[in-house]
Amino acid sequence: MRKTCLDVVYELAKQDERVVFIGSDLGAGTLDQFRDEMPDRFFMEGVSEQNLIGMAAGLAMEGYIPYVNTIATFITRRCYEQLAVDLCLHNLPVKLIANGGGLVYAPLGPTHLAIEDLAILRALPRMTVFAPCDKDEMARLVPQTLDLEGPCYIRLAKGGDEVVSDPAHGFTMGRAITLRQPGKVLIIGTGITSTRALHAANELADEGIECGVLHMHTVKPLDEAAILSSLDQVDLLVTVEEHTLVGGLGSAVGDLLFDQAPASASRLLRLGIPDRFADKYGTQDELLEYYGLQGPQIAQRIRDTLSGAGKQVA
Amino acid sequence: MMINLAALEREAHAIYEPLALDRRSRDLRRLVVRGLVGGGRGHLGSALSAIEIVRVLYDDIMAHNPEKHNWQDRDRFLLSKGHGCLAQYAILADHGYFSKGELDRFCRFDGILGGHPDAGKVPGVEASTGALGHGPSIGVGMAVAAKLKGAAHRIFVVTGDGEINEGSVWEAAMTAGKHKLDNFTIIVDYNKLQSYQRTEVVQDLEPLTSKWESFGFAVRNVDGHDVEGLQRTFSTLPFATGRPNAVIAHTIKGRGVAHAEGDPAWHHKSNMSAAEIAGVLQAIGD
Repeated sequence: MRKTCLDVVYELAKQDERVVFIGSDLGAGTLDQFRDEMPDRFFMEGVSEQNLIGMAAGLAMEGYIPYVNTIATFITRRCYEQLAVDLCLHNLPVKLIANGGGLVYAPLGPTHLAIEDLAILRALPRMTVFAPCDKDEMARLVPQTLDLEGPCYIRLAKGGDEVVSDPAHGFTMGRAITLRQPGKVLIIGTGITSTRALHAANELADEGIECGVLHMHTVKPLDEAAILSSLDQVDLLVTVEEHTLVGGLGSAVGDLLFDQAPASASRLLRLGIPDRFADKYGTQDELLEYYGLQGPQIAQRIRDTLSGAGKQVA
Repeated sequence: MMINLAALEREAHAIYEPLALDRRSRDLRRLVVRGLVGGGRGHLGSALSAIEIVRVLYDDIMAHNPEKHNWQDRDRFLLSKGHGCLAQYAILADHGYFSKGELDRFCRFDGILGGHPDAGKVPGVEASTGALGHGPSIGVGMAVAAKLKGAAHRIFVVTGDGEINEGSVWEAAMTAGKHKLDNFTIIVDYNKLQSYQRTEVVQDLEPLTSKWESFGFAVRNVDGHDVEGLQRTFSTLPFATGRPNAVIAHTIKGRGVAHAEGDPAWHHKSNMSAAEIAGVLQAIGD
């Protein structure tokens, strides 16, 4: 997914002289072709996230379109004030490419896990927040960011992720994709949790529980219409996110229901990471399982909820 | 290159004899007070130390056009120490970027002049500042952009001395040096007094000249209230081809209001009485 994203940035740069790339201290070989062919527009500026964002802002004020890339937790937490003031307040077209969103860096521990990125980015006015589910969708998303007026955040998954998106779905920013038609249950996922949601839905379908999957690749602005229009049909709404339950996708959907369909708010089950730092290492999949976010676990939570066993969070 | 630390040390601690302020400097200070009265508050001391810096830049050094403030070839000015905005508002109003009457609505609900400059509202303000340590990196981005375009315009960034406690300033400094941004000038308004206390007490910046030197800057020290000295210094930019420029402007916080000079209580003032305002105006003089 990362390679796909950067390959598209390279293609965009070849076509549009406004495009510049700014990295921190990325892995050797990153975008070598970009650097060799367009050295003036390739910047690797060191481990200085505050400066990367400010510099990108200055370039954007002068008409350039910077794509800034580093590890998700550093491009969000470390330079949050620069994101808010330099990018959002000025509404500048700077694109943030965030390596390893969610639990990708599981073996590296809590300093490297970006599990509150969606919440803190979503809190910033004018920030658009994307979490595509696979590399094919990434390839459809990135070209559209070129003409996006304000700043955006692109959360990258691990790479080698199962491809579940379909070219037939197209890609429109802010417009959720129905990966599976809703039945009495609708699971709303974002990033790779949409894939886990599909696994859960397949399992439940075998038991006669029809379960749809709505892929919310754009967490902000939220596709409110897609959610609200499902309420007539759906008994249970489930959000699944590789993210803390504080402030992410589930919170966004909860806010929407509370504000616009309060009678439906009790039909929402939010699955995500509890409000604590990770205390295990291992792999992304192991941590997803630890937090109850793999397909079979999602399916079980839905069974339990439908059978009235409660909505307690894992 | 060899750095003569002893000479730098002497330079850093040079005592500049305060020069009498001429009529223009006094007029600009009265505009600052007009804003202070309009808003009922303001960072007076921080604005007064920067008056001659902005005056010389806007009067004598920078290419700019109040009629076309987004003119592509203008020099860019960033007041990174955004809390000193009354100094910038005074010089912008004086040059006709907006009516001086706006100063009467400083910090007011429907005014355009806030307690920190807002690029979305104030003609002539390039970037919204106020959170400290942002201007240098934005300026670096602008300077890189100018180099990319082969454009001749320059970028001037004024920081406070307390402001350069921020690590982001030195991240920007490294990048400016790396890219040999001789179109980039940082001016430190070195009044040696931050909000709480003297800079040497809160976070000693010395040796400041050699700090900037070591980041690749060509550095000049100057009396930040000496109009002719500032003109001479800025007129020799760039100080060295292929190196970013740093001007350490030795200033006095509250300069021009004798009873406020060097007193941290005047960093920010609010709820001033009519008598206090009269006292400030009297101290500035005619």
